[in-house]
Amino acid sequence: MTDWSTFFAMGGYAAYVWPAYVISVVSLLAIAIASWNWMTRAERLASASKSAEGPTPETKL
Amino acid sequence: MPVLAYANPERFARLASSLTPWFLGSAIGLLLAGLFLGLFMAPPDYQQGDAARIMYVHVPAAWMSMFVYGCMALASAAAFIWKHPLADVAAKASAPVGCIFTALALITGMLWGKPMWGAWWVWDARLTSVLILFFMYLGYIVLWSAIEDPARAARAARILALVGAINIPIIKFSVDWWNTLHQGATVFRTDGPSITSSMLIPLLVMAVAYNVLYAALLLIRMRAEIAERRLRSIRLGLEFEPK
Repeated sequence: MTDWSTFFAMGGYAAYVWPAYVISVVSLLAIAIASWNWMTRAERLASASKSAEGPTPETKL
Repeated sequence: MPVLAYANPERFARLASSLTPWFLGSAIGLLLAGLFLGLFMAPPDYQQGDAARIMYVHVPAAWMSMFVYGCMALASAAAFIWKHPLADVAAKASAPVGCIFTALALITGMLWGKPMWGAWWVWDARLTSVLILFFMYLGYIVLWSAIEDPARAARAARILALVGAINIPIIKFSVDWWNTLHQGATVFRTDGPSITSSMLIPLLVMAVAYNVLYAALLLIRMRAEIAERRLRSIRLGLEFEPK
């Protein structure tokens, strides 16, 4: 389709426009996934050790 | 450790976990809308052609690089003044997000500079001050992991964040104070934006998307940080328990 090939050509600036968009989307996606995984893991560990070890230290303060 | 100071982050974590899906969902929706507007709906620039579309990923990233640092500096000041336990958590959680935005501003700027200026990089005031901002973020992140004692690390990080904040007005006004290849402000001007609305709207949608994404990532990363601190205090409490 000529329409799409002109779109991807970006008026001759494809080599600059597409990397800019791809790098932006990929980096933001990467930090979002990394943050999400860190959060779920940390919350799971924290709640697991809390329930396993009985009263937590702050309850004694 | 005061009981109240502990209860507060816990309550915040609960609030944050109910807000996270809303912020994350809106960030994704706005981002898709912004990308669609920037790539399909916005017209090519009469001088720069389609290369001007780099603006829709470059300018919001550059704004966020300064905004996130500003938030970090404000949170650090709040940590000094009110000793609120969430202030350090917010600043620490922000740093990697701001670092990514700054890296994106630099990289997309290079990709825009090459076809328009003929150079990937020039050592002018705007580019150099943003590069310094990038290193401030890196230094801040390294500082947290370099100092073992969390209280001392927090204190050093606050000082670094506050000292580095001097750079923010320098970045903002660098295009006015020094001769530069980088264009001046086109949106935040005292006489109003000097950019046509068919380009301004995609730009603003992307800017709002980046802001909401930052908010979502801040919630997620603060939850992680709070859970890690809770885990650490549980482990410390067990260590000191009499056998």
